[in-house]
Amino acid sequence: MIKYILKRLIYAIPILIGVNLLTFTLFFVVNSPEEVARLHLGNKRVTQEQIISWNEERGYNNPLFYNTDEKGLNAFKETIFYEKSFKLFLFEFGLSDSGRDIKYDIKQRMWPSLAIALPSLLVGLFINITFALFFVYFRSTKVDYIGVIFCVALMSISSLFYIIGGQYLISKLMHLVPISGYAHGYEAIKFLVLPVIISVLYGIGSGTRWYRSLFLEEIEKDYVKTAKSKGLSESAVLFNHVFKNALIPILTGIVVILPLLFLGSLIVESFFGIPGLGSYTIDAIQSQDFAIVRAMVFLGTILYISGLILTDISYTLVDPRVRLK
Amino acid sequence: MFTFLLTDIFFYLIIFSLCIYINYVRKTPDIKQTWSHVFKNKTGIISSVVLSFFMLTALLDSIHIKDKLYNENTDQYIYTSEIKSLLDIIILPIHKNSEKSYSAPFSSHLYSKETIKINNKDKRIYPKLLHKGNHNKFSEKNSYNIFLTTLFSFLKTIFIIFLIYVFIFYKKIFKTKDFFYSAKLNKIFLGSLFSMIFVIMLFYDLGSQYYVLGTDKVGEDVLYKSIKSIRTGILIGTLTTIVMLPFAIFLGIFAGYIGGFVDDIIQYIYTTLNSIPSVLLIASAILMLQVYMTNNPLEFENIYERADLRLFFLCMILGLTSWTGLCRLLRGESMKLREVEYVQASQTFGLSKFSIIVRHIIPNIMHIVIITVVLDFSALVLAEAVLSYVNIGVDPTTYSWGNMINAARLEMSREPIVWWSLFSAFLFMFMLVLFANLFSDVVRDAFDPRANKNYE
Repeated sequence: MIKYILKRLIYAIPILIGVNLLTFTLFFVVNSPEEVARLHLGNKRVTQEQIISWNEERGYNNPLFYNTDEKGLNAFKETIFYEKSFKLFLFEFGLSDSGRDIKYDIKQRMWPSLAIALPSLLVGLFINITFALFFVYFRSTKVDYIGVIFCVALMSISSLFYIIGGQYLISKLMHLVPISGYAHGYEAIKFLVLPVIISVLYGIGSGTRWYRSLFLEEIEKDYVKTAKSKGLSESAVLFNHVFKNALIPILTGIVVILPLLFLGSLIVESFFGIPGLGSYTIDAIQSQDFAIVRAMVFLGTILYISGLILTDISYTLVDPRVRLK
Repeated sequence: MFTFLLTDIFFYLIIFSLCIYINYVRKTPDIKQTWSHVFKNKTGIISSVVLSFFMLTALLDSIHIKDKLYNENTDQYIYTSEIKSLLDIIILPIHKNSEKSYSAPFSSHLYSKETIKINNKDKRIYPKLLHKGNHNKFSEKNSYNIFLTTLFSFLKTIFIIFLIYVFIFYKKIFKTKDFFYSAKLNKIFLGSLFSMIFVIMLFYDLGSQYYVLGTDKVGEDVLYKSIKSIRTGILIGTLTTIVMLPFAIFLGIFAGYIGGFVDDIIQYIYTTLNSIPSVLLIASAILMLQVYMTNNPLEFENIYERADLRLFFLCMILGLTSWTGLCRLLRGESMKLREVEYVQASQTFGLSKFSIIVRHIIPNIMHIVIITVVLDFSALVLAEAVLSYVNIGVDPTTYSWGNMINAARLEMSREPIVWWSLFSAFLFMFMLVLFANLFSDVVRDAFDPRANKNYE
């Protein structure tokens, strides 16, 4: 087991290097740092001195890969690649283009993101599975048919409408919770209710359909027929046999997204003014703060890969037939 | 004179390949059999009728024309820099004029009061609309006029449907009884055709007398904006797939069928791309494109080309980030097919790898490709709105539902609220995505051997 995890961790290294090279190419080779500086300072009437000083302040004035002015190892160290890309491996995210410490910001903003994402996931899971079991119980009837159509309709509405509509109805017309904002501690709950409800509502359509198809796949299997021929009732088969066995794909499907919960949801957070990593990313994109975007790409990749590894481990935990090599 | 934007050409290409595919299906009995499942289904017929109307609108909006102007001084004709589409010309009565600012649907006045001098006295009143809402065709009374217009469009639609029925179905009805597989399906087809044409007629007839969906901040007809957005939505949904398909198909087959070193490299590439959360990858790529475009403004002839190029690149980037899923599926399927007896047999007969891929592998993975393409379409249309909201979507000057929603945020927080922009974007987007989803369900059921057919 430990050997397997180590092996997977080693496999992750070339992928991280690949991601790193890709972002480096995107951010420094496609457009030179000079052009980026020009964009930030305003396109017209920018003197060369201003560009140079802007780049110097942020450490973009070094050569890309190899510094001919320095000697020995420093020739590689005093470069943009080492400073801006390689250091990500050491979790040194450096300063953002506006001068803030990215690592500190990320640590601060992780928790509000989680405070929305985790309840949304759990509540959503509970509701989706309940609906899915309900539809499967009434499969091949009008209830199931109408339910599925309803799910498709819910799926076809953009998340933006859920958010704008929810904000308008609940906050502006009914004045139940504040429209947006955030507070720390228990005060946070009143700010979190609406985003969580909306995230859950948005997920119902696709989630219910997905779990329904998982249950239906399971119900086709032979052991279900055996259980039924033994004389078990429909509901006993559904809840004791089908549900338990379908839990394996459900659980492993959740594990893969668990680490990504820290990243938060881009749109929900920015609409509700929650200081999480999602709104952090959006703000960075909108103010074209590339240092933050680079850091988030790297962080997202690490979280995704760790999600994959966790999934494999969780397989062995819930299904004893699976052995990791 | 016709002009061709970059996305136009690609859209023609899509329509062209669609025609080739339809022709291919007609000649191949087993695929025809599978597709016929789609059209034996009530939902399948309705959604394909609705989707083809959306496609037609997008196609009409993709044929662009530059106006010719006569210059008296030089005695020459010059072309204006403004580009119109065929659709613009057809629905000219809807967007010919614009008002000053917001006005509600079917309203005859502006939405906010203005100070106007009447008899030398300043008065705060709601000014009358200049171009629509006050020129009733049939009756002075608004509700009566709307009723009569609706009735008139209804009659026109009946006439059109009657013509279609006579010209298209005449032969079929007497020869093979039915165009579709049963009289019931025939009725459903005609019924959905009827409702689509009726809706279009109604929008056209009412739209030339009223602002059916109101006007926006600068007085532009919201109905017109929503209709123009159809092209953007459809293009993003289809162009992206066109960009990604070659990558996904060729790399997937190479990885799965040839295996070994090639497989390792291709797997590495798609795992790496897949590990980056897609929004961040798209954001990075679009941000870099923005930097390039602001620093090189001279390379683009006019705003249309600039906006068009950005739309094109958005599709490219979405395509580059979304081929990995399909590629992985195709790799798995080709690996399975490699071991199948008939492929093994062709290998022993000495067939080259290329011909095995063309003859045996590609036809047997096409069902996965088709399912993925139709499934992805609606997700891409929805993604456009979100990306435009984050400012990494289409150009702000392009008509798109995302941009409309983006503007609607401010309108929803003003007092009294302006709800019609949001509502129209919702209406059009919902219709497109809903029917695309329904269509993709039917297609998946027809093509996926593992689909839960018993329970549909």
